[in-house]
Amino acid sequence: MQTLFGFPVARLEDDPLLRGVAKYVADLERPGTTHVVFVRSHIAHGRLAGIDVSEALEMPGVVGVFTGADLGLPGIGEFPPLPPGSRAEIFRPCLTTDRVRHVGEAVAAVVAETYAQAVDAAELVVADIEDEPAVVDPLAALEPDAPVLFPELGSNVVREAHLGGDADPLAGADVVVRGRFVNQRLAAVPLEPNGTLAYPDEDGRLVCWVSSQSPFQVLGAVCRALGRDRDRVRVVVPAVGGGFGAKGGVYPEQVIVAALADRLGRPVRHIETRSENLLAMSQGRGAVQDVELGARRDGTLVGMRARMVTEFGAYPWRGAIAFATSRLMANGVYRIPNMELTALGVVTNTPPVGPYRGAGRPEAAAMLERAMDLLAGELEMDPVELRRRNLLRPEDFPYVTPTGASYDSGDYLGALEELVKEAGYDGLRAEQAARRAAGDRVQLGIGVSTFVEVSGTGSEYGSVRIAPDGHVVCVTGASPHGQGHVTTFSQVLADALQVPLDRIEVVHSDTAVVPRGTGTFGSRSGQLGGSAALVAGQAVVERARQLAADALEAAEEDVVLAEGQFAVAGVPSRSLSWADVARHAETDAGRTVLGDDGLFAEEDFDQADGTYPFGAHLAVVEVDTETGRVELRRIVAVDDCGRILNPIIVAGQVHGGLLQGIAQALFEEVSFDELGNPRAPTLIEYGAPTAAEVPSYELGHTVTPTPRNPLGMKGVGEAGTVGATPAIQNAVLDALAPYGVTHVDLPLGPMKVWQALRDAGVPGAAP
Amino acid sequence: MIPAPFEYRRAGSVDEAVALLAEDPDERKLLAGGHSLLPLMKLRLATPTVLVDVGRLAELSYVREDGDHVAIGALTRHCDLEAAPVAREHAPLLSHVAGQVGDPQVRHRGTIGGSVAHGDPASDLPAAVLALGGSFVVQGPQGHRELAAEDFFQGFLETAMAPDEMLTEIRVPKSGGGWAFQKFNRRAQDWAIVGVAASVNGSSRVALVNMGPTPLRARAVEAALAAGASAEEAASRAAEGLEPPADVQASAEYRAHLARVLVRRALEEATARRG
Repeated sequence: MQTLFGFPVARLEDDPLLRGVAKYVADLERPGTTHVVFVRSHIAHGRLAGIDVSEALEMPGVVGVFTGADLGLPGIGEFPPLPPGSRAEIFRPCLTTDRVRHVGEAVAAVVAETYAQAVDAAELVVADIEDEPAVVDPLAALEPDAPVLFPELGSNVVREAHLGGDADPLAGADVVVRGRFVNQRLAAVPLEPNGTLAYPDEDGRLVCWVSSQSPFQVLGAVCRALGRDRDRVRVVVPAVGGGFGAKGGVYPEQVIVAALADRLGRPVRHIETRSENLLAMSQGRGAVQDVELGARRDGTLVGMRARMVTEFGAYPWRGAIAFATSRLMANGVYRIPNMELTALGVVTNTPPVGPYRGAGRPEAAAMLERAMDLLAGELEMDPVELRRRNLLRPEDFPYVTPTGASYDSGDYLGALEELVKEAGYDGLRAEQAARRAAGDRVQLGIGVSTFVEVSGTGSEYGSVRIAPDGHVVCVTGASPHGQGHVTTFSQVLADALQVPLDRIEVVHSDTAVVPRGTGTFGSRSGQLGGSAALVAGQAVVERARQLAADALEAAEEDVVLAEGQFAVAGVPSRSLSWADVARHAETDAGRTVLGDDGLFAEEDFDQADGTYPFGAHLAVVEVDTETGRVELRRIVAVDDCGRILNPIIVAGQVHGGLLQGIAQALFEEVSFDELGNPRAPTLIEYGAPTAAEVPSYELGHTVTPTPRNPLGMKGVGEAGTVGATPAIQNAVLDALAPYGVTHVDLPLGPMKVWQALRDAGVPGAAP
Repeated sequence: MIPAPFEYRRAGSVDEAVALLAEDPDERKLLAGGHSLLPLMKLRLATPTVLVDVGRLAELSYVREDGDHVAIGALTRHCDLEAAPVAREHAPLLSHVAGQVGDPQVRHRGTIGGSVAHGDPASDLPAAVLALGGSFVVQGPQGHRELAAEDFFQGFLETAMAPDEMLTEIRVPKSGGGWAFQKFNRRAQDWAIVGVAASVNGSSRVALVNMGPTPLRARAVEAALAAGASAEEAASRAAEGLEPPADVQASAEYRAHLARVLVRRALEEATARRG
């Protein structure tokens, strides 16, 4: 039977999505549903002196107005957990009772019969907040006289990690380059904002429909908050319109809506508006990096010293994910003999930060790749050549970095050379030289990044059961929201069990039928969920062979699975289909062989160290030296995610990552004024790019399997955001290099580029 | 993100719309394509008590020749204006600019009358009408009057129309000269950070998008051109006397610079197109 591994199977889950009949939380109908509108603070920092709900309570249709004191819910703790014995955990409140710490923090929940009634009543809730000085900038938050968000901590530093410091990491360097890079904060902007519908079912069990990447985390939080046992709460995830990391973990709104449904005994629903989403959904990135990189004159790296300050927003909550990951990946793809690294996580009076596609890897890669290009400029060496001289080599693997990352496998130079070839690098440089010589108004810039990221840490649940009619039921703990898990897991099992794709059913995202699960984030599900399904599927094949041997009255070792049939080797005329075997499992004889479990197996596939996808990206930009406008002409991405199960799905993941990488490079920024008010409160200001702003992507691959899972696959969902952003930033600065411009912060919007050109006195840009 | 409560009335004719408006002109608003008014209502920045829907008045959707003018019904949608052969032949600048407004969805709902009557300095079409030396026909309880485009835009989101008047027609002289529209924005669907509409036909008119509180003419550029200045010399005066807005995309200084660059490019393009 031909393998489906590597075959471009068209996605099996797309039909209802494309026809618009898939149901999202906002599409779910329950009779008697009430609607929640949250009252949110307009003040970034202050004491909550009181909340007057009396007028709102008088409004038509209002079922209730609830404050934090009314609900008394426990807060949401920190993830990843604090190191043991470090400090007291800080909890993010589910409706604050005493203080507000960011614009948009919820202070009350208004419940009404209709959404419009809830909106009108919420306008009348008056929160009495005594304004206090706010700290918005992460570096300002480190100053000794800064307002402190949590006085019990004594400062705004909530996480801290140090590496090295005994010896000067730059000792012996002929050349040292220095830079401060701001990795700007981003909004996740899924097409579907957060939403929750909760109601008690006829048995009194609390059902919560959420738009989530991790239903089991929501389950755990709701059970803890309400004191309910696990079987008294059911969390279900319907179709989800994107998450990008921001729908992982647990949100206060989810717990509050569950608590309100529990308290009112009625369905309660909350669907974010877009502008609410821009304040209430976790934001991503947000780092200020000071880096020094030293090398010998021949380009060989000597060492690096860096301080990485990561924003957490107003509560620690999930900010430590990117904090820890950017620190872990600070070594990148290079051999860096000496390293001194300080990582600080700080809280500010801004919306909480969480993982967003890439979650720490883009921050690390941007820092390294800009520093490498600065070094290339200083050494007057081609940036590709500088990288060639410093990349880790295939024989170096497995490689443990000074930061503790355990790289599994890699051929970084292979990816770079593939990129140079596919992009036509030498031709591009020739075109650039010609345009520079001609003094063209529009200059060409070429930028390269080489990067490694981390994917698939931890474990995932999967089980395989053969139904009595012979069809395959795979239950997974992963929770898809656009990635194509049904196709992926079906493809894995079609091979392992030798059954057609349409005989496989994939069940997910319902805690009433999935026993446990981690969820989908961190480019993990293909490799972890896929490996769990594969191992479980292989175990079921073994069990089926036992059964078949019994039915065929043959020795087990003589029974083979071939062309989807169990047969005695050399006697193909005597064979059993999966349906035959499944029927036999139901017989007394079958039960004698397999016990009550029948044709079932489950697996928690664990991959503690994760896998390390890598690649090399190249961007070609044109910069209008009069206006500062940057046009992205080409983006060439060579990614290595190990073995490729389904090239369509891999390409889709790379495309999405590239778009969000382009968005960070050129378009998007979440910023706040000095009072903590958002400067981009709607999508008009935020400016997420669309298909009209980007070129067609040029994709290439090298294939370096990982030894850490049986599929040989690494993650690929986030690579685009890791490689594209620095490639584009390097390209823009490459275009500006003849004018002596060495730095422009992200995003590279036209005004910032123009200001750099003007300051450099470029004709046409200067007055 | 939902508007404050309001009453909805649908007008069956221009006369009926004007009559409904006249009952309480300060509290009532006309609804055409809704692409300017509804976002303001959803943000509760506009809270009319009654919306008078004129969106279905087919009598005001037309593009036709009227002597030496092209006459455009106020409820003509951007996509229809863009496609109209009469506009393409006799007002190519206006036809082109209609195709630059927002995105396809906006162009299939938004109307030229709604865009003009809103008086937004960031809108493209008012600048095009200004550059063409057009005029606006409005109808109120006292009948019709015609206002020159250059007298129409009076302040930020303020026009010379009285609250009880309705814009019914946009008129532009047939033009056979060179024209250009330079729209500088970050995304295809965005409003212009700065835009320039230029018409070069014996005398030259240059109008600017997003360079002040209203759609406006670049008078210093026009005067320089009339005095025989080159495109480059004239363009260097593009921001003279203007106070462009500052926002997250662009400082006033950057807008002034862009205006100079874009006016030069527009004049060069318009001159080249005239041949």
